[in-house]
Amino acid sequence: MIFALGGNQNCGKTTLFNQLTGSNQHVGNFPGVTVEGKRGTVKGHPDVEVVDLPGIYSLSPYTSEEIVTRDFLINEKIDCIINITDATNIERNLYLSLQLMELDIPMVIALNMMDEMRENGNTIKIQKLSEALGVPVVPLAAVKNEGVDELVEIAIDTAQHRTKPAVKDFCSGAVHRAIHSVAHLVEDHADRINVPSRFAATKLIEGDEPMMNALKLSDNEKDMLEHIVTEMETETGTDREAALADMRYDFIEKVCADTVIKTGKSKAHERSVKIDSVLTHRIWSIPIFVGIMAVIFWLTFGVIGAWLSDGFTVLIDKVISLIDMGLTSYGINPVVHSLIVDGVCAGVGSVLSFLPTIVVLFFFLSMLEDSGYMARVAFVMDKTLRKIGLSGRSFVPMIIGFGCSVPAIMASRTLPSDRDRKMTIILTPFMSCSAKLPIYSVFVMAFFAPYLRPVMMIFLYIFGMVMGVLVGLVLKKTAFHGEPVPFVMELPNYRMPGFKSVVMLIWDKAKDFITKAFTIIFTASVIIWFLQTFDTRLNVVTDSSMSMLALIGQLVSPIFRPLGFTDWRAATALITGFSAKEAVISTLSVLVGGNINAMLPTIFTTKAAISFLVFTLLYTPCVAAIAAVKRELHSRSMALLVVVGQTVFAWCVAAIVYNVIMLF
Amino acid sequence: MTLDELEIGKSGVITAVNGEGALRRRLLDMGLTPRTKVMVRKVAPMGDPIEIHLRGYELTIRVDDAKDIEIERVAD
Repeated sequence: MIFALGGNQNCGKTTLFNQLTGSNQHVGNFPGVTVEGKRGTVKGHPDVEVVDLPGIYSLSPYTSEEIVTRDFLINEKIDCIINITDATNIERNLYLSLQLMELDIPMVIALNMMDEMRENGNTIKIQKLSEALGVPVVPLAAVKNEGVDELVEIAIDTAQHRTKPAVKDFCSGAVHRAIHSVAHLVEDHADRINVPSRFAATKLIEGDEPMMNALKLSDNEKDMLEHIVTEMETETGTDREAALADMRYDFIEKVCADTVIKTGKSKAHERSVKIDSVLTHRIWSIPIFVGIMAVIFWLTFGVIGAWLSDGFTVLIDKVISLIDMGLTSYGINPVVHSLIVDGVCAGVGSVLSFLPTIVVLFFFLSMLEDSGYMARVAFVMDKTLRKIGLSGRSFVPMIIGFGCSVPAIMASRTLPSDRDRKMTIILTPFMSCSAKLPIYSVFVMAFFAPYLRPVMMIFLYIFGMVMGVLVGLVLKKTAFHGEPVPFVMELPNYRMPGFKSVVMLIWDKAKDFITKAFTIIFTASVIIWFLQTFDTRLNVVTDSSMSMLALIGQLVSPIFRPLGFTDWRAATALITGFSAKEAVISTLSVLVGGNINAMLPTIFTTKAAISFLVFTLLYTPCVAAIAAVKRELHSRSMALLVVVGQTVFAWCVAAIVYNVIMLF
Repeated sequence: MTLDELEIGKSGVITAVNGEGALRRRLLDMGLTPRTKVMVRKVAPMGDPIEIHLRGYELTIRVDDAKDIEIERVAD
C-alpha cells in the first residue's frame, strides 16, 4: 500500500512524516522524474509505504515541485493521499485540498496543530467538516504525536475500501455548468491518459497549458472549450482564472463559517507579530540578521565546534596510536603498517575530526529554517538580491549552501522560475560549504597568528559571497538578463522546531558525513597512499618525491606557478578535492606525513597559502554537488560548464590575488 | 486605489486582481481573491517588498505586484 503525504509548506508535514515512519526512511527518486523525495515505511505497518511530497500551495503548473507532485499523483497508483493541513490557517490550506480531491484518489485530511487551536480557545467541528468536504478528517498534533495512530488506521481503512472523496461540486451556477460541460467534452481524452475528467476540466478552464497539451484536443474541441469558458466568463463577470480560485475560496469560506469556532486569537500568530516587530524591523532587521549569522559562525567555529572538535581529535589520535601500537607489536609488514597508519588513519582521521563542527553548523541552519526565520531573511533581503537579478527566495538555498551545496542545490527547486533556479544553482557554490571548513581552519592555524585567525576565516567566507555577487551581476547582464520572477511568499508563524525532527536531521547529516569519510575519503586516502608509496616500477620509494604521485603532481603543478605554489603535493591535493573537498586536507595529511600544521609552511609561503585558499574557495564544486547540478538542471553540459567555468574563474582570481599581495 | 497605496496598519477589500500569467495565478492561489480583506502589516527595510495580512496569515509581495491589486479602503 502506498500513501502520499501532501500539503502546504510550513504545516508540519516533515514532523508528521517523521512521526509516521520513525527512522525507517530513505531518499529516493520519484519514478519517471529526477526529483528526490523521502520515502519510508509506516511504523507498525511494514506493508504501508509513505511518500513525502514537496510542500506546495496549489496544483497549478508554475513551479517544478507542483508539476512533479501533480504528475506523481496522477501516474502512480497511490492508495491514499494524506493531506496535512494547518488548522490555524485552515482557509488557505484547504485550497490545495479541494484540488487534491478532484484527483479522485482516496484521501484523508489530517488537521494538524489542533493543540495550538485548543490553546487559543478555538475548535473545529471535525464531524461537520468531514461531511462538508466528503473526506475523513482526523485531528492531529504532529509535534506531540497526538492522533497519528488514528490517522494511520483511518487512512488504511480509506485505502482498503477505496473510498473516494464524496463531494466534488464546490459551487452551483455558471462555473459549475462550465466544469460539467468541459468534463463531458474531454472525457475520452482524459480517460486515455488516466486523468480524472473532472480534474482535467477545471485545469482546462484555468488555462493550464501542460494539461491542454497532454489531452491532445482536436481543433473543434478547443473551439468548444473556448466557447464554454467565454460563456462562463460573461455570466460570472470575471475571467477564467479568478472564477475558479474564487469558487474554491467561496466554498471554503462557507464550510469554515459552519465548522470553525474562533473565540480567541491565535497566540502563535500574536507572538510572531511581536517577534517580527524586532526581527523584520525597518532599521534593525539587517543588522540583526548579520548579528545572528555572526553568532552562529562564532559558536560553530569558535565555541562549541572548536571545543567538541578538540575533544574529538584527541579521541581520534588515541584510537590511531592504539592501532599503531597494536600493529607494531604484532610485527606486521611495514608496508601494510604504512597503509593503515599513514594512509587510512591519517586521511580518514583528519577529516573525521571535523564531524562535531559540521553537525553544529547543520544544527543552526536547520533551526533557522524550521523556526520560520529563513522566510523573514528572504523578505528582508529581496530588494538587495533583486539587484543581482534574483529574488529573496534564492537567499534560502544560498544560506543552506554554507552547510552543503547538495541540499542547497536541491532546495532551489522551490524557486518558481527556471532562470532563477539556474542562477541560484550557479551561485550557491560561492557560499563556502562545510567541507571547505577543514581546509580553511587547517591553513589558517598553520599560517596565521591566533588573533588573525577569526579575521581570516570571516574574510574567506565573505570573499566567496562577494565573488558570488560579482558573478551574479555579470550573469544578469549577459546570460540571464530578463525579469526575475514574482516574489509571493508566506511568512509562517514562528515555531519551535520539533526536537525529534532536529535530532533526526542532525543524525542524518552525521551519518552522511561518516559515510563519506569511510567511502570517498577512505578510497582517496588509499589511492593517494598507494601512488605516493610506490614508483612506476612498483618499488617502495624511500622519499615520496620519487613516487608515481609526485610524477603526476609535477605534470600538473606548473599550472599553479602563477598562483604561487609549485609543490606537487598542493596540485595533488586539489585534484583529489574534486571527489570531496575534505579530501584536500586528508591528501595533504597523508602526503606531508606527521603534523600537518607544522609541515604546511614547508610547502607554501604565507602568500601562496592565501592564494591556495582562494583557489580552493572558488574552484569546481565536488562530484556530489556537480551530480546535483546535473540532476536539477537536467543538463550534462550545464554541469560541465560549472566545473570548467568555476575552475578557470578560480585560477584567474587566485592569480590576481597572489600577484596583488606580492606587491606588498 | 491599489494595494501599494495603502498605509501601514490600514485595511482594504480586494475588488480586482489584475496582471497576468504565473504571478496573477499565484496571487489568486494564495487567497488574494475579490472580496478578501487585506491589511498592510509592514514594509521591508529597503521599502520593498511589503508584508500583508489576509485570511489569518502573513504573505509578502512586491510593491510592483501590489499595484496590480485593486482595493477599496475599509475601516479596521
